[in-house]
Amino acid sequence: MTLKIGIVCPYSWDSPGGVQAHVRDQAETLIAGGHDVSVLTPVEDPTHLPPYAVDGGRPRAVPYNGSVARLTMGVKATARVRRWIREGDFDVLHVHEPLAPSLGVLACWAARGPIVATVHSSIERSRALATGYYVAQTALEKINAIIAVSEHARRTIVDHLGADAVLIPNGVRVDTFREAAPLRRWAGPSVMFLGRMDEPRKGLPILLTAFAEVRQRIPKVTLILVGPGDPDEVLAGVPAAVREGIVCLGRVSEDEKARALASADLYVAPNTGGESFGIVLLEAMAAGAPVVASDLEAFDHVLDNGRAGRLFPVGDASALAHAIIDLIDDPAERAQLRDIGRQRAELYDWPRVARDILDVYASVTAGQGPVTEDLRGQIVGRWAGRRREAP
Amino acid sequence: MSWWWVVIIVSGVVLVALYLSMTAGRLDALHRRIDAASHALDVQLLRRSALTSDLASSGLFDPATTVVLAASAHAARAVDVTDPVARGLAESDLTRVLMEVLPDEAEVAELRHSPEACAMLDELSSTCTRVQLSRRFHNDAVRACRQVRRHRAVRWFRLAGHTPWPHTMEMDDTPPSALTDR
Repeated sequence: MTLKIGIVCPYSWDSPGGVQAHVRDQAETLIAGGHDVSVLTPVEDPTHLPPYAVDGGRPRAVPYNGSVARLTMGVKATARVRRWIREGDFDVLHVHEPLAPSLGVLACWAARGPIVATVHSSIERSRALATGYYVAQTALEKINAIIAVSEHARRTIVDHLGADAVLIPNGVRVDTFREAAPLRRWAGPSVMFLGRMDEPRKGLPILLTAFAEVRQRIPKVTLILVGPGDPDEVLAGVPAAVREGIVCLGRVSEDEKARALASADLYVAPNTGGESFGIVLLEAMAAGAPVVASDLEAFDHVLDNGRAGRLFPVGDASALAHAIIDLIDDPAERAQLRDIGRQRAELYDWPRVARDILDVYASVTAGQGPVTEDLRGQIVGRWAGRRREAP
Repeated sequence: MSWWWVVIIVSGVVLVALYLSMTAGRLDALHRRIDAASHALDVQLLRRSALTSDLASSGLFDPATTVVLAASAHAARAVDVTDPVARGLAESDLTRVLMEVLPDEAEVAELRHSPEACAMLDELSSTCTRVQLSRRFHNDAVRACRQVRRHRAVRWFRLAGHTPWPHTMEMDDTPPSALTDR
């Protein structure tokens, strides 16, 4: 059965982010499955929107949850959301990050009928959430089913809001990564880092310390850094002899990322915290790069307690160096990790994840009609609605 | 002086009335959410017992298993749907029978010899998952509704009207593990 699905993205389509990537992959997987999908999203420049996406208005910078988020709110945004719901005639409405004060909350208020929400981040109970508690509840109460992408996110919902959530993990586009052609061959063994270089929680300094140790043992090894950040600043304290073995690729496109991963002998994730899922690990595994990662709870889970990759204690540079040296010296072990990693990534393949999401849709659409505009409390809207219905 | 008091009292009354009207609206939406969720759960449970009946009459199993399957599917369909406890017990029995009949992957792989059998087992598998999801969503709707109905204002002003106190659905809904490990 094909469904008409309306998806709401809370963050600006043109700024990179995990939620946006998730929404894009979800929409494209569902469309490939024959469903009719429309995505409503804030966007700076609507000319670059894909055909299935609808302009939800320009985002504004608002301080939220400890950082500045670019969100869309206001009277105009509300009107757009209402029109999109009215004209979309959706079988199910899927809202992402319903706790962010953006289009998602507006959509929850504006709609009635089958509403599904996906929670991505784990928000600690903040003052903002406490004051917004009543507001958050009124939106959450209308949601028929909540999906959490990680156990961490699920616990946020259960502990802070008392609601239940179903765990459906993030998806990875296994095909894209499996079929990626290696970017290029490096002279010696290569180790790769991916992420913001100047973000301390990504843990690059730990890897740089470890890499100096690795290079003493294996002089031909190359470290490839992929991601935004100023290399001169980040590598300022690195000795020249070590600096020779480091290549900076800077910010790359999705395709180049897949190809870079496919050309690496090892992928290292030295993160020190702030990761609730670890999608990059799965992408590396799908591309065939064996993974060495710090033993954060989320990574531990993705790597199946160390069976699908090597774990080292968070922040321990010498343990990381040993793990890298061990694996570079042992091609058989790397080949084995590559096979296990590929199989593990299959579990998170988007078509499989989409099937779980469709089960949730089926469970909420079975008991009620399609999504309609909620006109409660809308004096003007009700009047307009009556005018529209009159011939 | 007294004029100000009138203004304060009137605006107070208006605010209370607005709050009560909003809460009544919330409660109404929550009751509708429970109705939708329990209807959805009902649909999935009926589908599960129907599929079990089909499986029983498919000739895939030996006579003894066929009888057990058919009997538990019938029991689940014949139960009084207005009695959640009795229904929960009958459905839990059906869950256990399915688990016994489809104990491990080797057994299920043996059953998957024809396309019809495969289709039937796949549909049963997804229906079992949907039963589990629907029940969780239903019970979560009940929890959200109860939370609001416990408010003092809701009890004092009887905002819930005559709608009965909502009940969760308690049953064993574990899908047969041999089916869901896809």
